Amino acid sequence: MRNGNSYSMDFEKPLRELERQIKEIELFAKEKEIDMSEEIARLQAKEEALKKKIYSELTRWQKVQIARHPKRPTFLEFVEMIFTGFLELHGDRLFRDDPAMIGGLAYLDEIPVTVVGQQKGRDTKENIYRNFGMPHPEGYRKALRLMKQAAKFGRPIISLIDVVGAYPGIEAEERGQGEAVARSIMEMAALEPPIIAVLTGEGGSGGALGIGVGDRILMLEHAYYSVISPEGCASILWKNATAAPQAVEALRVTAKDLLELQVIDEIIPEPLGGAHHDPEKTAQAIKEALIRYLTPLLEYPAGRLLAERYEKYRKIGFFEEIEQPEGNI
Amino acid sequence: MLKDLFKPKPKYVTIKRPEERGIQPGQPEKKELPDGLWVKCNNCRQIIYHKDLEGNLKVCPKCNYHFRLRARERIAYLFDADSVQESNPGLISKNPLGFPEYEEKIEKARKKTGLNEGVVTGVAKVQNIPCVFSVMDFGFMGGSMGSVVGEKISRAFEYAAKHNLPVVSVTAGGGGARMQEGIISLMQMAKTCQALNRLHEKKIFYLSILTDPTMGGVFASFASLGDIVIAEPGALIGFAGPRVIEQTIRQTLPAGFQRSEFLLEHGIIDMIVERKNLRETVARLLRFHQTEEVSREEVSADA
Repeated sequence: MRNGNSYSMDFEKPLRELERQIKEIELFAKEKEIDMSEEIARLQAKEEALKKKIYSELTRWQKVQIARHPKRPTFLEFVEMIFTGFLELHGDRLFRDDPAMIGGLAYLDEIPVTVVGQQKGRDTKENIYRNFGMPHPEGYRKALRLMKQAAKFGRPIISLIDVVGAYPGIEAEERGQGEAVARSIMEMAALEPPIIAVLTGEGGSGGALGIGVGDRILMLEHAYYSVISPEGCASILWKNATAAPQAVEALRVTAKDLLELQVIDEIIPEPLGGAHHDPEKTAQAIKEALIRYLTPLLEYPAGRLLAERYEKYRKIGFFEEIEQPEGNI
Repeated sequence: MLKDLFKPKPKYVTIKRPEERGIQPGQPEKKELPDGLWVKCNNCRQIIYHKDLEGNLKVCPKCNYHFRLRARERIAYLFDADSVQESNPGLISKNPLGFPEYEEKIEKARKKTGLNEGVVTGVAKVQNIPCVFSVMDFGFMGGSMGSVVGEKISRAFEYAAKHNLPVVSVTAGGGGARMQEGIISLMQMAKTCQALNRLHEKKIFYLSILTDPTMGGVFASFASLGDIVIAEPGALIGFAGPRVIEQTIRQTLPAGFQRSEFLLEHGIIDMIVERKNLRETVARLLRFHQTEEVSREEVSADA
């Protein structure tokens, strides 16, 4: 069991209160053997309406809280629901197998693919084993090894991203975290098969981009993707990590923001209340989108895919050019 | 008047506390050189005559501490006089997210550095060998990479690929990807890295020189991917900031952590080169990688 029961999101408090009331009335009705179904139905309708209202008006920070929910489906859970016949492959062949990054072979419907992604733990014990889903350099090197293997055999690559960030630690620096992330980014840009990346939860900066370069970038409705952690930004700007809610407003980190900025291609809707309320439904929505995007990409003539991928990233940037003479300085 | 000369002088001067001088307690003092006659070395704390420092490529003559350089200074130290042609100097950042106070910060940086953005790119020669260069300026918002820095570096790589010229990159990016442009900055890592692929595909030599500080998204993209990677002595180089690491692991970091010497020891860079030898080393490496085609053909003035 995951420790999700203690994770409370402030904005859901009115819902919790209604749920409590409904339970109380149900209990009372059962005890006293009175029919209170009308009252219960009224409250349930109220709960449903309130839920819809709350979830249609989420702030950016509230979305970040959902993205971080301990019950949010992890990589392996999604893999099980989206793909068939997943076979995990281990190790970077250089140092060790990083449990925070997983990769392997699977079928997407009938299509053989390589899948990579960060794995968070389901409880404290597993989180320690998985390093809270924060990969070391060997994680990125493993992912890259498997993606290059996919390219060798012409398999499409699916990357499912959920990471607070690449691990910031002494050993990670010693083994070249920056180089590992950089090389993965560079080589992904030139891998021949189609690559589709899906941000399923947290998109923590270079730790996400390290397996996040692709032909299509999709994002779950309540996932976030940011250049810096909300807390890190808050500490720099307001000298206080608790200003994270303001920071995400400034950073614009939600799926909607990224679609507007043309960094992602599509938002995959989540069930009411977030992916953890119905993991299966969420997974099916991801699967449907993956097949829909991958199928036409498989038909591309050689060269077109890489040219378009290059163009996709080449055009990202906002600037103007003022008259300024070039030349000697 | 003459008698003023003999006025009694105060017996002591008042030195303001760091806070009063506008320095945050606990923060290192500004590392850039103030315009004074005398300079205090950031490392050995000795007083150096300004001209001695200037004459020594801004390296402390007493302890060999390498002061940070402006992009223009670096260019002057590294490339042949009159060989430098700047490209795309007129690229200016916008504020795509409407980030608070971003325009003001850029305006301040422009005034401070005399540059429109945090990187200077172009073509130049080192001991008569032509190359494409990109030199970052730490003084421009901590040498962070936003749209313009990413665009100029990508254009430089593409230009080099097209004209078959080697690339010399000097990074000084303490801020990594620029926070104020959010996800757009992060994407500049992908943009610059994929442009770098074009160099690799055409087998063009790319030399990356890391100077103090090269961190975060700058290090985790084009900076660490040189065919050969050089660092100046004592430079802070790494992926995560030391403070973030300390907060994560709740330990004090060992002395010399994330410094050039640490990176050399751990096999992340090829060599450490002192500033006084940098120009010679760069020329030597460019010469070693010179292809016949380029050595025969001079770069035209309109490049």
